Amino acid sequence: MPAFLAGLNPGWLLIAAGLLALFVRGRVVRQVITIAAPILGILLVSGTPHGVDLLTHETLSITLSFYHVDSLSFLFGLAFLIAALLNAIYALHTDNRIQDGMALAYAGAAVSAVFSGDLLTLFVFWELTAVTSVFLILQAGTRAAYFASMRYLGVQILSGVLLLAGIAYVWNATGSLSITAFTSLDQPGALIIFIAFGIKAAFPFLHNWLQDSYPKASVVGAVVLSAFTTKLAVYAFARMFPGQDELIWIGAIMTVFPVFFAVIENDLRRVLAYSTNNQVGFMICAIGVGTPLALNGAVAHAFADILFKGLLFMSMGAVLYRTGTTKANELGGLYRTMPWTTLFCLIGAISISAMPLFSAFVTKSMILSAVASTGMIVVWLMLMFASAGVLEHSGIKIPYFAFFGHDSGKRVKEAPFNMLLAMGMASFLCIAIGLPAFLPGFGYEWLYSLLPYPIEAANYQPFTPGHILAQLQLLALAVFAFILLQRLGLYPPEKPGVILDTDWTYRKVGYGAVRWIDTVWARLGPAMTAIFRGFSGRTYDRLVDAFSPRGVLSRNPVSRGMAVWTAVILALVLLVSYLRG
Amino acid sequence: MSQHSPKINDPKKYWLDDSRNVRKIIIAIFVVCAGLFAADAFYHKHPHFAAEEWFGFYAIYGFVMCVGLVLAAKLMRVFLMRDEGYYDKDE
Repeated sequence: MPAFLAGLNPGWLLIAAGLLALFVRGRVVRQVITIAAPILGILLVSGTPHGVDLLTHETLSITLSFYHVDSLSFLFGLAFLIAALLNAIYALHTDNRIQDGMALAYAGAAVSAVFSGDLLTLFVFWELTAVTSVFLILQAGTRAAYFASMRYLGVQILSGVLLLAGIAYVWNATGSLSITAFTSLDQPGALIIFIAFGIKAAFPFLHNWLQDSYPKASVVGAVVLSAFTTKLAVYAFARMFPGQDELIWIGAIMTVFPVFFAVIENDLRRVLAYSTNNQVGFMICAIGVGTPLALNGAVAHAFADILFKGLLFMSMGAVLYRTGTTKANELGGLYRTMPWTTLFCLIGAISISAMPLFSAFVTKSMILSAVASTGMIVVWLMLMFASAGVLEHSGIKIPYFAFFGHDSGKRVKEAPFNMLLAMGMASFLCIAIGLPAFLPGFGYEWLYSLLPYPIEAANYQPFTPGHILAQLQLLALAVFAFILLQRLGLYPPEKPGVILDTDWTYRKVGYGAVRWIDTVWARLGPAMTAIFRGFSGRTYDRLVDAFSPRGVLSRNPVSRGMAVWTAVILALVLLVSYLRG
Repeated sequence: MSQHSPKINDPKKYWLDDSRNVRKIIIAIFVVCAGLFAADAFYHKHPHFAAEEWFGFYAIYGFVMCVGLVLAAKLMRVFLMRDEGYYDKDE
């Protein structure tokens, strides 16, 4: 690689290409930019040495490190760049400068954030992901998307502000901006940063910005959004809070509760949003465990998730593009005319369900093994339940209600070729990662060799009879349960409606409270002003009556003379005390 | 389960339109389930927890949890589901 390219951060390249794309009117030129930039980025990052500060800047006695790759950040950066490439191909049928530009800049911001070598640089790109991604929601062009995007921006900026506050605490306490792992949450700085990361990772009760915004984004926007923000937070936790016990329980709860919502949710893109919570939960739980095997599992699962979650969002995007809806009650039977989309969706569904020979099997096995070795049986049972739950809502519900189920009568065209190409490439990667290593270094061994702890990874064997059978039994009987419940008419039917979640607290209760205060104030305000005016008016009149030149106290010569003599005496006292020193 | 019956102007018959084919798939799945359940007798487990040694633990856990999940979620609908325009009134 030429020397001048060695220090070029692929994230910055993507941001620059994204800004350029914003101003390029020619569609073909813009398409070339959006595809060439991620390819060049992948080449750049592949040849980058690890563990070295490749670009630094000294300012105000702070050393900023803009480009630092190591074994933890490498796979995140690589996955983000692959996602950027797939997203660009998926968007080829559109002609939207803002969407193309912002999607690239958003990916670039995420890559720059994982490759940043100090906290201040991390903060800048953390915020940039928020500012660029909001345009992808706005591009849907609907009123609901506009309101959702404003709520999204509020939450994301809050995360950034908290991060900055935490950084200020840490800087004050240690005098250093270096990114180092915290050992406890006792310092206020560590706790504030923990919450800032938690918002972006969509912790329980902080999660609802995700379900609120992603499903309202444009067809391409939702696919792009699914890859970066939450996985950037996973990286940040793996970097700064590995082995933090609280994360085990937070992660376990994250895997379980979204499953219930996903089962009854009607909008299939919202089902995928809940599924994102659930998958990130597995990673967070593993980071909490913090052993080399667990951290390997978290990173590998993040890599796999970016691919299969992107693939599932792509297939639902194709359905939305052709039919105009992703509501389960309006869909069904699309396999007849969208066979390729159906196939790719099924591959994504099987991958996320961790079926042996597909990606999540080789990545999630590490997490489950690591959790089992801690001996925490309740957490382990929660993760096992969530694994069966994933199959239920992402593995079966998504493809079944969109492509099979009752015939909606919709006979739409197959997805455009570029969409199929992107889905095909993602499907290929989902399978390629999940295969046994028929040749050394291929299949899952390729992914394992790039993990933060390659030696521990090489010693871990996912394809044992025990792992394979246990997983197949769990999945097969979960499928059996679905069929049985469907046949007996016990499965909740697809029904249009809104499922309340934590956003209810601010969209209904909070909004209602503000409205109520507004109404009360609108009445109380004028009344209080009138009372005050009346009161102050009377007081003023009395003061004027008493003290003005025409007032009671000034009317006779004695009081005038008194005022003059008081002033003269005061001046004398001042003069004397001044002279006395 | 279909809440609307759209007009379908499609004379073409697809493979899954034939209920015999659907039945074939379901039977195949049942056979696979039974086979996997029985497979517990034929391999040696390396359990982390005692529960894993019970016969058919994973299969039973997967089945019971899935049924429980769906029924619990169905109950949640009663409390948490509102009509589609619920938030639109305010926005």
